[in-house]
Amino acid sequence: MTQLMVDAQGVRKSFGSNEVLKGINLTVSPGQVLCLLGPSGSGKSTFLRCINHLETINGGRLYVDGALMGFREKGDVLHEMKPSAIAKQRSEIGMVFQKFNLFPHLTAIENVLEAPLGIKKQDKASAVARAKELLASVGLKDKENHYPSQLSGGQQQRVAIARALAMEPKLMLFDEPTSALDPELVGDVLDVMRKLAKSGMTMIVVTHEIGFAREVADRVVFMDDGLVVEDGTPAEVIDNPQNPRTQVFIRSVL
Amino acid sequence: MAKKQQNHDIVVVPLRHPWRWVSAAVIILLLGAFIYSLWASPNINHEIIAQFLWNGKVIQAAGLTVFLTVISMFIGAVLAILLAIMKLSSNPVLRVVATGYIGFFRGTPLLLQVVFWGYLGIIYPTIDVGIPFTNIVWFSEKTSVVFTSILAGIIALSLNEAAYAAEIVRAGILSVDGGQTEAAKSLGMGSAYTLRRIVLPQAMRVIIPPMGNEFISMLKNTSLLQVVAVMELYARTSQISSQNLAQVELLVVAGFWYLVMTTILSYPQSYLEKKFGRGFNPADAKKRWLGIGSKGNV
Repeated sequence: MTQLMVDAQGVRKSFGSNEVLKGINLTVSPGQVLCLLGPSGSGKSTFLRCINHLETINGGRLYVDGALMGFREKGDVLHEMKPSAIAKQRSEIGMVFQKFNLFPHLTAIENVLEAPLGIKKQDKASAVARAKELLASVGLKDKENHYPSQLSGGQQQRVAIARALAMEPKLMLFDEPTSALDPELVGDVLDVMRKLAKSGMTMIVVTHEIGFAREVADRVVFMDDGLVVEDGTPAEVIDNPQNPRTQVFIRSVL
Repeated sequence: MAKKQQNHDIVVVPLRHPWRWVSAAVIILLLGAFIYSLWASPNINHEIIAQFLWNGKVIQAAGLTVFLTVISMFIGAVLAILLAIMKLSSNPVLRVVATGYIGFFRGTPLLLQVVFWGYLGIIYPTIDVGIPFTNIVWFSEKTSVVFTSILAGIIALSLNEAAYAAEIVRAGILSVDGGQTEAAKSLGMGSAYTLRRIVLPQAMRVIIPPMGNEFISMLKNTSLLQVVAVMELYARTSQISSQNLAQVELLVVAGFWYLVMTTILSYPQSYLEKKFGRGFNPADAKKRWLGIGSKGNV
């Protein structure tokens, strides 16, 4: 049996008295593309942020590639990791944000190079070559020296994808990557993600793009009110949902 | 026809603004009368002004003023970054200490602080280096020997500056969107790296304009060091005027040099504003992209 890429066991997360995740059980195998659907407030973005420890979980266990995220386990007790160890774990997981969060004071290629050069201490010449390759692969060969403010939303998001890929992650997390885009720019970003999925990257995508989920996802998970409600292939969850809450949601977005 | 690119199809007679002309004339007249009264006054000796404007001692004192300003500003800025980080820290002791420091140094007059540091020798007559609560002393010297008036002045100015600049730096750090820190974290950057490479460079855009103000204030505040007998520009000119009794003339000399220095020191500010504004103004960035000031790829 191969090592699971993500293994969430009863993951709980509260903000104050508000319990957002109420025990999430979910596994993702290497190479799988999983789309997370659900109404807003269902906890899907929070769950995604728990995976790379941007949020600290309050209960359960969350393993990425066999390693517990953010903690060391000794018997029944969890010990918080040092920030440098958490940073190391995060560097192996790429994340793409709804609002791109490109570094505005750096050009496109500088955005891509910052972490490989500064964190991984890669050789400059090969890192630059790799960055140019990545920017070309997201269709931005001629925008290397543009600042984010000179790029459209769709172009910025593609730079953000290239920036995350530059760290050679084993897992990519997408947090509503097309929600902040003008409709005509969504396609370019989805094309890049489609290509990435075909290349065998393990991906977890929080999205409202049902069409993309149906076409690209190996698995679709529907979340509501902090719980996984339905989990299956796109054909099962999108085209023939069993749970009434899934049925209502799918009808409302289609 | 080729010259005329726009086709105006309406004829407009601009609205007249007679009061603009009247008010401008009145102001220019008043200003001219004031300058003439100074120039023609028999009580101001222009020869003395000319004589001391390029006086070696005055120029030297102006140099000392610049030195005091730059070094105090530098120490103040470094301490300010430290205080700002302390104030934003999740450690309550660091937070309280930083808040207390800022409250204390902003809450008392700078003149009082300058005099206090000047009198440090009264509180600690000697400076000893050794192991506390034992009789072991490796080094002991009179405070007045080690702690010169210039040192006292620099400490007074920089500690005071740190308190003001800390709030400027903190505001700058807070102005950077939280998504920046998250993106940095998700790429595996630690908090020190994120601060240095991602947050501070963006914060600088907000920090520099008020810091330019601070720089100019600092330059003028060095004149307070006169009270602890530091021979900076103001102290030197007032010393000269106490001998030749040409008070107003030497004030003009000092004022001239202060103006020259503040004007010159304003230039680095616009340079820094451009440098840290890169990427934030699409038009400016385009210029760099087209090769003006470009450093090539990366």
